[in-house]
Amino acid sequence: MTKTIAKTGLAAGNGAKAVAGLVVDYAPSIESDKIVTIPPRHQLYIGGQWLKPVEGRYFDSINPATLQVLSKVAEATAPDVDAAVRAAKRAYDRTWSKLSGRERGRYLFRIARLIQERARELAVLETLDNGKPIRETRDVDIPLVAAHFFYYAGWADKLGYAVPGAKFAPLGVAGQIIPWNFPLLMAAWKIAPALACGNTVVLKPAEQTPLAALKLVEIFEAAGLPEGVVNIVTGAGATGAALTAHPLVRKIAFTGSTDVGKIIARSVAGSGKKLTLELGGKSAHLIFADAALDQAVEGVVSGIFFNQGHVCCAGSRLLVEESVAARVLDKLKARMRKLRVGNPLDKNTDIGAINSSAELDKIRRLIETGKREGGRYFEPENITLPNTGNFLRPCLFSDVAQADTLCRVEVFGPVLAVSTFRTPAEAIAKANDTPYGLAAGIWSEKGSKVHAVAAQLKAGVVWANTYHKFDPASPFGGYGESGYGREGGRHGLLPYLEVQP
Amino acid sequence: MIVPVRDRDGASRAIALVPVDAVGAEERAAFFARRSIKARSKLDLLYLAIRMMDLTTLEGADTEARVRQMCHKALRPAAPALTQALEKIEGFRPIPPVAAVCVYPLLVPVAVKALAGSGVHVASVATSFPAGQVSLKLRLLDVREAVDNGADEIDMVINRGAFLAGEYQQVFDEIAAVREACGSAHLKVILETGELGTLDNVRLASDLAIAAGAHFIKTSTGKIQPAATPPVTLVMLQAIADHHARTGEHIGMKPAGGIRNAKQAIQYLCMLYETLGPDWMSPDLYRFGASALLNDVLRQIFRQYTGRYYYDKGYSLD
Amino acid sequence: MSPPLPTSLPVPKTHKLYIGGEFPRSESGRSYALTRPGAKRAYAQLCLASRKDLRAAVDAARAAQAGWAARSAYNRGQILYRMAEMIEGRADSWQTLLRSGLGHSAAQAARALAATVDALVYYAGASDKYPQIIGAVNPVAGPHHNFTTPEALGVVGLVFDDGPDPAASAARIAAAIAAGNTVVALLPGPAGGLVAEFGEAFATADLPAGVVNLLSGDAAELAPQFASHMEIQGLAFLRDEPARRIEVERAAADNMKRCVASHGPLLALERVLDFVEYKTVWHPIGT
Repeated sequence: MTKTIAKTGLAAGNGAKAVAGLVVDYAPSIESDKIVTIPPRHQLYIGGQWLKPVEGRYFDSINPATLQVLSKVAEATAPDVDAAVRAAKRAYDRTWSKLSGRERGRYLFRIARLIQERARELAVLETLDNGKPIRETRDVDIPLVAAHFFYYAGWADKLGYAVPGAKFAPLGVAGQIIPWNFPLLMAAWKIAPALACGNTVVLKPAEQTPLAALKLVEIFEAAGLPEGVVNIVTGAGATGAALTAHPLVRKIAFTGSTDVGKIIARSVAGSGKKLTLELGGKSAHLIFADAALDQAVEGVVSGIFFNQGHVCCAGSRLLVEESVAARVLDKLKARMRKLRVGNPLDKNTDIGAINSSAELDKIRRLIETGKREGGRYFEPENITLPNTGNFLRPCLFSDVAQADTLCRVEVFGPVLAVSTFRTPAEAIAKANDTPYGLAAGIWSEKGSKVHAVAAQLKAGVVWANTYHKFDPASPFGGYGESGYGREGGRHGLLPYLEVQP
Repeated sequence: MIVPVRDRDGASRAIALVPVDAVGAEERAAFFARRSIKARSKLDLLYLAIRMMDLTTLEGADTEARVRQMCHKALRPAAPALTQALEKIEGFRPIPPVAAVCVYPLLVPVAVKALAGSGVHVASVATSFPAGQVSLKLRLLDVREAVDNGADEIDMVINRGAFLAGEYQQVFDEIAAVREACGSAHLKVILETGELGTLDNVRLASDLAIAAGAHFIKTSTGKIQPAATPPVTLVMLQAIADHHARTGEHIGMKPAGGIRNAKQAIQYLCMLYETLGPDWMSPDLYRFGASALLNDVLRQIFRQYTGRYYYDKGYSLD
Repeated sequence: MSPPLPTSLPVPKTHKLYIGGEFPRSESGRSYALTRPGAKRAYAQLCLASRKDLRAAVDAARAAQAGWAARSAYNRGQILYRMAEMIEGRADSWQTLLRSGLGHSAAQAARALAATVDALVYYAGASDKYPQIIGAVNPVAGPHHNFTTPEALGVVGLVFDDGPDPAASAARIAAAIAAGNTVVALLPGPAGGLVAEFGEAFATADLPAGVVNLLSGDAAELAPQFASHMEIQGLAFLRDEPARRIEVERAAADNMKRCVASHGPLLALERVLDFVEYKTVWHPIGT
């Protein structure tokens, strides 16, 4: 079939001259990794010392873009965790709980500044260990990490205003378990409010991505943070379990999967330990016919392809009003063809490496399930992937039903499920048809509709006419099985304080 | 919401109001500044930028000599010394002429003569620019005279007063009439976006101009600030993209005013490439209305070849 | 014939459950006796609610929740105040229950009643205050309006102690519904005596059917059912039973129920905050 394309512009002339445009392939623009030195072996950071693990075991931290081992990292077992918790308790009793809020705040301010000063180094390290694009670590993750410390630094001497009319006290030792998708940002989300409120910390980074958190130690030491105030134990699930089970831990903060969150909730049942859980999601992204569609499409792209889709609040279920669904899909597909997948250190990469081979397998299996269940599959055929490393084309499934796996199960990858609705009531009902309740998106240029829909969505964060915005001043957290407690803002202090009216 | 207009044959046309979220558009437009264009891609885009440039002089003090001087720069943007310095470098590609020069109707014959046979177009801002405070009849006469004098591109400014007053039919009719007066010359419709107030208006004016027969839509005259900005340009490109999706037609785009350096030009080209695609990466469908830009692009070309900057005297004025 | 002389033999009050605005008996047909300490005869027979009664109560609470939360905070406050009025208006009946049924002294009964009314009035005035106190407009670094508001959690289960404490029960119930939650409360053992008095006062206080549902019964039997019910979003297990608490909180993790352990002060905004979610909304600021 031949297609006649009318060319206007200045080429139209007599209709004879063809348009000859330039195909541009952005040359690689690689951020140098020389700025960061990664020790070949990492120990546990306990009580201000680097200690070898009692059992002497180490695991590999791998660069998912090259599959090369970046470093050997100590695996903490129960005795190591016990030592770390005791160090934290000692630091709490002897130093940290005795400092004034102003002094605690001063340490946090110093940490924030040092992070800003070493931003480039941290961004590169995070990209190496995690696989996310340098553009994101440089422009999103690291600036937010510094901002988070800066924000909570200022709260440390103003806690009385956070809980007006009530008495408050720190809890003691906080055990914090963080995921691999935003390793440094999650460390900041956990550590900053805990320290501001006067608690001490034992942090367990994800076993896939421990390096950036371990690098933070240099910053804590440069800031003069007293020993034992922050301790870092590396390891996998068993390390985390030892931490949550430790009787001296008074507070558990966990970000990760809903399955693990439930295990933790069961394990601390009846113990009186305070618990904050930031779990999974299957967040709905609603586009109404009266939306600014070009910006909505950008929101959708950011919503599902930011950080390779490894985002708990990813807008993974796109619900479009039927009357504009075809147009939105066309625009979305055109936009997806412009995404650049590849070397995470390339400053022009939009989508980096899937964090691990296991995760890549899981996503691929879910894509196969989606195909089997009859969703209409699309991937930008023009995107070429690097030969090595964990890379995947972004994709979407249209004509997906509420009953399908992709509408119910968290994929945690660059896979979008698209379906349609006819009325606001139907949109709201479908959006809420999930046990999760972390986030939601709304696109409409009608103010009253935005407010009405936002009020009825069962989600802790509602992005209206935008998506994936984060700020230390903005509380973040979910409804239902997306967990409980809030991180960020004044509300993010409450899980770290014992409040008595 | 629909804006109804009737075309010259009396047939009714419906122009849908397409809302724009300003913050989202600004955010997306700013994204292109974060593209890091290096090496061969950078050189390609710098050469393309020269080939897309409209050199313009629209001053009360314009003289025939002034126009002739600008034509020389248009034909040979690089001064002899610069070319000589670069010619020794392996792989050096000659610096191309620009796309067009843009002058008042009265000076069109001067430009036509100076550029004869070169392929550089002669554009004229007709319609009694800049004030335009004469009857439509006279403005059309102005256009026809420019075309008769040999201009193959006509730039006109829409009636912002009528647009802001909601007199969309009038805006449409004037554009359609000028298009007719253009004959075989191409029409670039200047929206003067700095006076439209919102991106919603930029989008509607773009759609209106395209519906009325514009070959190109253009941001600004350069007389009003702000002139071209990345968000305004992005919104206009999206209007072009939607029109293309509907009709298959390729409408051209010309940001003008405010693009002063090569870095900005590259950002605009990344925006173009990622919004409309390779078809538009051509002077037939994209122009820069910017005079100060040319020397900075040349400066960056020298830098790309040599890794250092040449001295200012190596670049000619104009 | 002249009418027969009235008998002095009292008609014992029938104590039923309060579910969906109605007063059904337990579907199980089971009951237990409420006997004042030291009394020879039972004061009343109470319904021993079953698992099925609990399910019916949760269904009623679910059905009522969206509508209740959608009412204005002012309206919810009005109704809570009306509930206080209705309880005060039934002072005699309460006195009878508290003294004859639950063994309070006259002074104790008067104090309990006054405290119950206090609790309802406190929360009547809370429904339109707590969002201002705990809500926020957040100064994010960008062109966005960002605000956080508390919202109702959904259906809240309250498992009270066996010892009847009308003021504490009223406070917990009022705090939960002030925020727009609906409640299923188990008043177990002797506390079950409160079900009828509360139910009758609430049913005549313009409180929509299903907003508060009250069960009498056995905590050991029903607490695990509360904990595992997947349509209950929040649970206060207000009993000093450490072993059972572990069991309850474990089961509650299945649907990530928000669990509250200690009673805490009765009159405090924190009691409202026990069962709210925080929603943060972003919107661009642009023209």
